[in-house]
Amino acid sequence: MSKDTYAGTLAAAKKGWLSAHRYLLLRRASQLSMLALFLCGPLTGLWIFKGNLAASRFLDTIPLSDPFILLQSLATGTIAGSTALLGGALIATFYLLSGGRVYCAWVCPVNILTDCAAWLRLRFRLREGISLNRNTRYWMIAMVLAVTALTGSLAWELINPVTMLHRGLVFGLGLAWTIPLGIFAFDLLVSKRGWCGHLCPVGAFYSLLGRFSLLRVRAERREHCSNCLDCYAVCPEPQVISPALKGENGRGPVITGANCTNCGRCIDICAERVFSFGRRF
Amino acid sequence: MTETKYHDGQSSERRKFLLETARTACGVALFGLGLGLYGNKQAVARPVYTMRPPGALPDKKFLAACIRCGQCVRACPYKTLRLAKPEEEVATGTPYFSARQIPCELCEKRPCIRACPTGALDPLLTDIYKARMGLAVLIDRENCLNFLGLRCDVCYRNCPLIDKAITLNPLHNQRSGKHTLFLPEVHSKHCTGCGKCEKSCVLEKAAIKVVPLALAQGELGHHYRLGWEEKTKAGKSLIPEQLDLPDRMPEFTTPITPEWKP
Repeated sequence: MSKDTYAGTLAAAKKGWLSAHRYLLLRRASQLSMLALFLCGPLTGLWIFKGNLAASRFLDTIPLSDPFILLQSLATGTIAGSTALLGGALIATFYLLSGGRVYCAWVCPVNILTDCAAWLRLRFRLREGISLNRNTRYWMIAMVLAVTALTGSLAWELINPVTMLHRGLVFGLGLAWTIPLGIFAFDLLVSKRGWCGHLCPVGAFYSLLGRFSLLRVRAERREHCSNCLDCYAVCPEPQVISPALKGENGRGPVITGANCTNCGRCIDICAERVFSFGRRF
Repeated sequence: MTETKYHDGQSSERRKFLLETARTACGVALFGLGLGLYGNKQAVARPVYTMRPPGALPDKKFLAACIRCGQCVRACPYKTLRLAKPEEEVATGTPYFSARQIPCELCEKRPCIRACPTGALDPLLTDIYKARMGLAVLIDRENCLNFLGLRCDVCYRNCPLIDKAITLNPLHNQRSGKHTLFLPEVHSKHCTGCGKCEKSCVLEKAAIKVVPLALAQGELGHHYRLGWEEKTKAGKSLIPEQLDLPDRMPEFTTPITPEWKP
């Protein structure tokens, strides 16, 4: 990435704009259609998903529920009903195979905001700001479970921006819009990729869940890498790239870092077509 | 020399790591403390005019089991239920209703309970009339029209358990001297807390209100035994027959009614 260009300029010039934004567009389409599927019922009366991301019923039959919320419920000593547990098992299995943080990149509505903030940071070359430890999110999981166990109520769900935003959009926002807006401002002005990459316990939980997922990004053509660093610039978790791209002694070419969100932005941005989706093995 | 340097580097690395870990742990713990205090407050601070859906577990257990998915809200055919928004006083995302706005219609098929995936609305509540969402209380006896001697009876007639949950008790109207007051009385044994009485009360502000059970009900001292109940249980009185002393009449020396002649 030279001084006068932005990450992606080269890829767009070489592969065409559409090809350089393929997964980004697919991802936005996925995020928006997830929302649309939930909104379809209340707006048109055609019920595809009933509920919200915490738990829902697909076509009034298949239950789906968020395993992290069930885990919180479990921490209070409550064993959720069989419907919720079945729904949790279905969702957990899906993310076990597809990569836990597929949830973050392809489903979570907050991602649109934080990606926006990150894009603005890149565009206006803002400095990183306060640097948070990337492990803070695992501390957050421990804190959430501890507070939940101590207070006996689902503490995180009182302020969880992910469920609050989604629930708000589906059931009526009220003042719930202030929290995601706050996160956008935090990511833009305070800390680069601060929320999703460092704090959000939901993302942390899903990264643990998808630790051994089958679907992975591979640096298959890494010998073609021209060291332009565009992938590092756009990647929300750039620390996962090096071992796969630059790893020596037979390491790589699969990105195995649990925090990789499988967003595919590196595939888009690489003019040399180094990356591609593939299997772990 | 190089070795010392290496060791120095390692220990400063370690120091940095420990410091950063401590800082992170501290920050997260502080955040957790705030969250815990806020969460605890939310758990106990539900306003009295907000009722949980039928079958809801006791407050504390409900907040642990409800995952705030809103499926009960969607299932309610009368749009009675809604999910609390963050600015409301009810724990964010949990379902509630306000009787004065839309009461619970006590659907016999219990769609809200059946929609709940976690059992926060107890699936064992198969008889909707066993629901205890709260207890109706005739809270203002000064403005209730029936207490004023006017026959309103609207709460009584709207009660799904008429003559069980609410009865009208006749009482002589001492003000007019020739009329009867019909005083509504709520019986906790049957009242479901659906709130139809509160909704239908014709006053500007309802004289009868549904409030959470914990607030509505008193609690008898645990050592209390009600004699008449114990008597039925035992089949006989638990105290021995009362000693009946013979009645002694005063002995009169003169007749009680002396003969009187004008």
